[in-house]
Order: sequence, then structure tokens, then C-alpha cells
Amino acid sequence: MDQPLLEARNVVKRFGGFVALNDVSLRLMPGERLGLIGPNGSGKTTMINCVSGALFNDGGNILFKGEDITGMPAYRRARMGIARSFQIPKPFRSMTVLENLHIPLEFAAMHRTDYVQEEFEGIEILDAMGLKHKAHANSAMLNQVEMRKLELARALASKPDLLVSDEAMAGLSTSEVDEILDILFKLNERGVAIIMIEHVMRAVMRFSQHIVVLDAGQKIAEGNPDEILGNPLVEKAYLGE
Amino acid sequence: MKIAPFWIVSILLFAAGTYFAATVENQYYFFAGYTILQATIMATAWNILGGFTGYVNFGSAGFFGLGAYTSVALYTAFEPPLIVMIVAAAVVCGLLGLGTGYLTLRLKGVYFAIATLALAIVLETLMINWDYVGGSTGAYIITPERVLFFPTYIGYLFVLMLALTIAAVAIARYLNSSRVGRGLAAIRDDETAAECAGVPTLKLKLLSTTVMGALMGVAGAPLPFFVTFVEPVSAFNLLVAVNAIAMPMIGGTASWIGPVVGALLLGSVQEWAKVTISSEWNILIVGVVLVGFITLAPRGIVGLVQSLRQKARAHGPAAA
Repeated sequence: MDQPLLEARNVVKRFGGFVALNDVSLRLMPGERLGLIGPNGSGKTTMINCVSGALFNDGGNILFKGEDITGMPAYRRARMGIARSFQIPKPFRSMTVLENLHIPLEFAAMHRTDYVQEEFEGIEILDAMGLKHKAHANSAMLNQVEMRKLELARALASKPDLLVSDEAMAGLSTSEVDEILDILFKLNERGVAIIMIEHVMRAVMRFSQHIVVLDAGQKIAEGNPDEILGNPLVEKAYLGE
Repeated sequence: MKIAPFWIVSILLFAAGTYFAATVENQYYFFAGYTILQATIMATAWNILGGFTGYVNFGSAGFFGLGAYTSVALYTAFEPPLIVMIVAAAVVCGLLGLGTGYLTLRLKGVYFAIATLALAIVLETLMINWDYVGGSTGAYIITPERVLFFPTYIGYLFVLMLALTIAAVAIARYLNSSRVGRGLAAIRDDETAAECAGVPTLKLKLLSTTVMGALMGVAGAPLPFFVTFVEPVSAFNLLVAVNAIAMPMIGGTASWIGPVVGALLLGSVQEWAKVTISSEWNILIVGVVLVGFITLAPRGIVGLVQSLRQKARAHGPAAA
């Protein structure tokens, strides 16, 4: 059997007395598309914060490419191949769109010397995202959809094996959601495994091969999209009894 | 080999300064020049952390005063050459800067600024109570009549300060334009996003605070020889900290040249006001100019020039 790309074993995260994650485990194979869903406050973002290193888990282990990365600072995880986009876009506001991509190209993808190559790769990524015409625009001046695309472009610029997309589609229109979905499918075809956190059910169900459902910090269900849709526990978590 | 214009200008300035100091007898020019250069180093150092990295340090006077007192302590102990005291001050204040860097793990924004202000007050209190360096009564330094070929000692100090200023600005310029500088800019814009993009934020912040501290120590180290009498209240003067913030703000914080422009401009105006109006007026001038710039030109003089140039470029083809 192949080695999983990412494995979270019994992850626990507490904020003071509040248990945000209680014994959550998940596995992701290379190139897999995983959906992580759950009601507001169920611990989805906390979970991926623990995966990306923005927070450190209090219990359990996280393994990436077979290496235990629990307690490893976020920048080293980024260099190992974990990239994420943020729910609320966090562009580097003093920089142009292209300069935004240079940061991960230079720091995470480790192209220390070859600036010309970087320039080329940055433009290539922007082209794939449909942001090429904005390459030299100030990143603070982008509209919402463009900011979301920049988030994904910047994540991609670190040349990840795993991309965590944290609500990249929240608040977007139907056609914009499809645009982002297309981009994510294209990335996945290149071999990037993707964890998608999303409230837009139509998108998660279409995108994911496997879905994990969190509720109040616990994993209450997992399976393929059809199994999840038919699961009474999931329905209860979202709609109440 | 191509030499950058920066170095040509620096060498010319240094040569001109040395010639000036070797021939001119009027000491006032060197007192004024020294004060302006000292402010330039302070502003440049502040901007490495405040402008490039985005952490506001209100405790610049702490680093500056500690630099001065490192000299006083060494002078009291065994009177080493001035250059040894400068290096020692760089090390001591660099270490203090490193410690400050660890504060950034827990303190951000206003809280970090308050902590640095407290640091300056703590250091001042320590010096007041340390009798070895003179305590609250202060310490006298006896300076040599003259050094090398300079007709006056202050002329020598001025040239020394000129060299230190060029070195400080060169360091800031390197940090600004290198990979490190781009990492610092990413931290300033968004620390979490920077970390997730592979930027080792803690390492770079520690580098930034250490360099800032060391440069401020260097700026303060020759002070006892400049004023010949040091006591804690003047060495840890809050005005030093205010100037170190105001000058980059006025010049522009985004690039290395901003603090230099701001310090030369504001420093000169202050010196002029001190002589022509009164020695207290220069404090008011800082306040008024700072408020004016923050409301009218928040990106400073450099930002103002940049936007004027952009406008000129946008209108240029249409006019032609």
C-alpha cells in the first residue's frame, strides 16, 4: 500500500478549557481530493491551522510524507510542500500581484538565485489563474474574486504537494464558484492533493472524492459524497433534530 | 567592474567631509554636522524594524543611551580606544535587540511599542542607580586635544560619525534590496501569510531587531566624547526616540533613502532653529512637521516624489 501524503492521528487542540478538536484523525493519499465540512465553529479551520502550522496541536501527531511534523514551524512545512489559502484573503498589500508570488517562489520553493526563472514561473501561474493581466497591479486594489485567485496563486507558487483551500468560494456568485472549481481541478490534475474547506455544498460534493465531517470538534462521519449526503448524523449536525 | 552610484556618492561625501574637517577651524559646523549624522543613524536603524518589518519601537532612546553608557563603563574601566567602545556598544545593544526580537513572539502592534518604551525607562533607572558609571550625577570624559591630522577633536568625531553613518545606510540599503528585505516586507504586510509562504518570520524578525539595536548602540557610543559629560536623563532623552520615529515618517518608511532624507531635512531645520530661534523650538518643529506629513503625505517625501513621477509619466505621452 502507498504511503499517505498526510496523516493526522488523534489530533487534540484546546483553547483554554474549550476543546476545539477532540481526537480527530484523517488520511490523505497523494493527489487525492478531500472535502472537510461541518457547521460553523466545528473546528475545520482549527484543523487545517494545525496541519499548516499556524497553530500547534496539544495532542496527537501529524505526519507529512511519512515525517512527523508536529511542532514544526509553519515556514518549514511550507518548504516541505504544504500550502494554504486563507479564508479572509491576506495579500502582501505593499506589493504587486506578481511580487506576491515571488515571496513563496523565493522562500518556499527555494529558487534562491534565478530571478529570471522566477519571473517566468510567476507569470505562468498567474496565466493559469486568469490573473496575468493584473500581474503589475497593486494587490490591495484587487476585487474579491481576484483576491481569492491571488490566494490560490500564491499558495501554488510554493510548489506544494498539498494545497489547503480554506473557503476560497465563500460569498462568490455561481459562475465565480465554477471558475475557482475549474482552477482547483486543474491543479489536482497536476498531482497536487487538495483539502477543500467549504460551505458551498454543491462545490464540495462535486469536487471531493472523500469527505470528512466535523461537528463540535469531533469527526462525526466520513465517506464518499453520496454516503455523506445520506448520513442522518450529518443532517442532524447541520439542521438540528 | 561596475560601481554602484551609491558607493561613488558615499566615497565623495566621505572625502569631502574629511577635507572639510582637516581644514575648517570653526567648531560649530562639526557640532551641528555630528548631531545630524547621529540622527541619520538613529532614523536608519529605527526604519529597519519600523519601516521594513512593521514593528514600531518607541524605546530607541534606550538602545542609544545603553550605547553611550557602554562607552562610559569601558572608559571608566580601562580607557580603550574609541573604536573598541563602538564595537562593544554594537554587541551589547545588538544583544538587547535580539532580546527585544523574542518579544515579538507575544507582543504585536501597540503592545510591542509600549514594551519598548518601558525597556528604555528600565535602562535609564538602572543607569541612575549604577554608581560605577556616575549614577544620577553623571560622568565626565576627558577627550584628547586632537587626533590624527584633524585640527580639532570634534572635527575627528564628525568624520568618524560620517563613516559610521555611511556604514549604517549601506546596511539598510542592502537589507532593503535583498531577499531578506523582501521577506521583511512580507512580514510587515502579513506575518501569518508570510510564514505560510515559507518565510522564516522569527529568524528575520530577530535579525531585524538585532541590527536595529546594534546600529543604535553605534550611534550612541561616541556620545560621551561628543558632550564630554553624560548623565542618564540626557542620554536616555525621549527626544532621541521621537526623532528616530519622526524622521523616517517624514522621509518615507518604505525604502532606505527615506530616513536619510528625513533626518537630513528635519535635523538641519532643528539645528537652524536651535541657533536662530531658541533651543526649545526645535521640539515644536518636530511635532508640527510630523502631524503635517502624516495627514498630508503619509508615505513621506519619497512617496510624494514617487507619486508625482507616476503622474508625470501618465500625463507625459498625452502632452507630447
